[in-house]
Amino acid sequence: MPLPGAKRWLLLGIALAVLVSCFSAQFNRYYLGVAVDVGIAIILATSLNLINGHTGQFSLGHAGFMAVGGYFSAWISLKIGPVDHASWYFPLSLLAGGLVASLVGLMVGVPSLRLKGDYLAIVTLGFGEIIRVVVQNTEAVGAASGLKDIPKYTTLGWAFGLAVVTVYVISSLVNSTYGRGFIAVHDDEIAAESNGIDTTRTKVTAFVTGAFFAGIAGGLYAHHKQFLSPTGFDWVKSIDIVVMVILGGMGRTAGVIAAAVLLTLMPEFLRDFAEYRMIIYALLIILLMLLRPAGLFSIPLKRRPTT
Amino acid sequence: MSAPLLDLQQATIKFGGLTAVSELTTSIGEGELVGLIGPNGAGKTTAFNMITGVYQPTSGHIRFAGKCTRGIKPSKLAALGIARTFQNIRLFGSLSVLDNIRVAARLHNKHGYTSALWRGKSWKSAEAETEKHALELLEIFDLAKDRDEMAKSLPYGDQRRLEIVRALATRPKLLLLDEPAAGMNPSEKDDLMKLIRFIKERYNLAVLLVEHDMKVVMGICERIAVLEYGRMIAEGTPKEIQRHPKVIEAYLGAAAVVS
Repeated sequence: MPLPGAKRWLLLGIALAVLVSCFSAQFNRYYLGVAVDVGIAIILATSLNLINGHTGQFSLGHAGFMAVGGYFSAWISLKIGPVDHASWYFPLSLLAGGLVASLVGLMVGVPSLRLKGDYLAIVTLGFGEIIRVVVQNTEAVGAASGLKDIPKYTTLGWAFGLAVVTVYVISSLVNSTYGRGFIAVHDDEIAAESNGIDTTRTKVTAFVTGAFFAGIAGGLYAHHKQFLSPTGFDWVKSIDIVVMVILGGMGRTAGVIAAAVLLTLMPEFLRDFAEYRMIIYALLIILLMLLRPAGLFSIPLKRRPTT
Repeated sequence: MSAPLLDLQQATIKFGGLTAVSELTTSIGEGELVGLIGPNGAGKTTAFNMITGVYQPTSGHIRFAGKCTRGIKPSKLAALGIARTFQNIRLFGSLSVLDNIRVAARLHNKHGYTSALWRGKSWKSAEAETEKHALELLEIFDLAKDRDEMAKSLPYGDQRRLEIVRALATRPKLLLLDEPAAGMNPSEKDDLMKLIRFIKERYNLAVLLVEHDMKVVMGICERIAVLEYGRMIAEGTPKEIQRHPKVIEAYLGAAAVVS
């Protein structure tokens, strides 16, 4: 079913984001920072959900796309230098980062989306590592020592507003006759193809869209932390995002948003146990698979009497 | 006589050293109901996959509506008017019954990515149109009551029917049915025969039917082609096929012919 009044929700969300950014100066800076992190995590998780959840193409390269977008938009901001009207340049640099990331997504997607399941996961994992190693050896973006002094343009308003846009785009896509094609590809590729859905095109579209928003998230991240280092975009980061998608339930937007919020806040509250984060993740996933295989926040399927 | 809808000329498909379908030459006219039978492993499903573009013929030609289908993807062939069902049901399990039909009807809804994001007036009316069309189809085939059920939660017989309805939603000219009666009880088979006759009349379709159940095949097909080891050994009306010595040999062994 098409969402009723989806566009109204989008406008409401953006209006809220603008409102929040008007008052954000009065909030505690630490909480503000965490809130921006949450916004970025939502963008990353919902966009990966389109690829891994809705379309069912298991990608482990989301941090790679995030790195491409982040480095590119940071590089633009640094090239232009300090400007008076940052609020004009910033969205453009974000957009540029997103577009470059989606272009890379296209280049990676076209050859690798012929693969399925584990093979695709390994190729995308390898791609993410390639990006990291390339960045690590590119002097123009600071190589291994990282990219410093990126201007702090990211505000809570931007992070929140763009998270709203991402959620809108992904859920509008999926909730249309066109977008049901993504789920059809997830359910049965052969049947989808024989019913007139160009499966390759559908998969690449999902991949490119996901990469675009990962690039945007990277740009927000760069202008939030003001420092980028290649080690921040290793496979562990990709796993973080995948865990959000799995925990929230593959293909369930609301659940994935909730998981993104939860998994971003949890390390903040558990600062003392930071080293055990991966163990906690692993345990969470094992428990989840045993107890709630459709995702933490999924509604159990209606039971039907078997005939 | 006008050119046949589907025309196979010595279509051959080889997997390495194995010739799965060998020099298959036959044709299906518009609105014709043709059966394709043969023992297990005779190459019936491979022939289906060749016609629907899943496999490319190693040699020979396939023409659909006068157009050579070589190199055309299955999704494009579906747009041209070839629809199929599968031997083992392949529904979109996690989608609702209605959405299964909507996905297939997508071919006739020109709105794509950007319209889905913009959600303008013409998109809305096209979506409503698609949904209405899908509901009408479900209504005709008595599945409308289950419109919001997940496809995989339907009973087996309904799943088979839904798969046929989904194929119809692409508005095909040629419908390929791969063992639609598999796993059905006699009364379900009778219903299926009625259903196939009904859709053929109503939508003026050509139907190619692969089926093991002789009652179904002999009951509804106008013409039958028999495959054995990838070769077509006989072609004719059901009566001719029943008496054809080669067919009896293929199914019952040489001794049965002699006695």
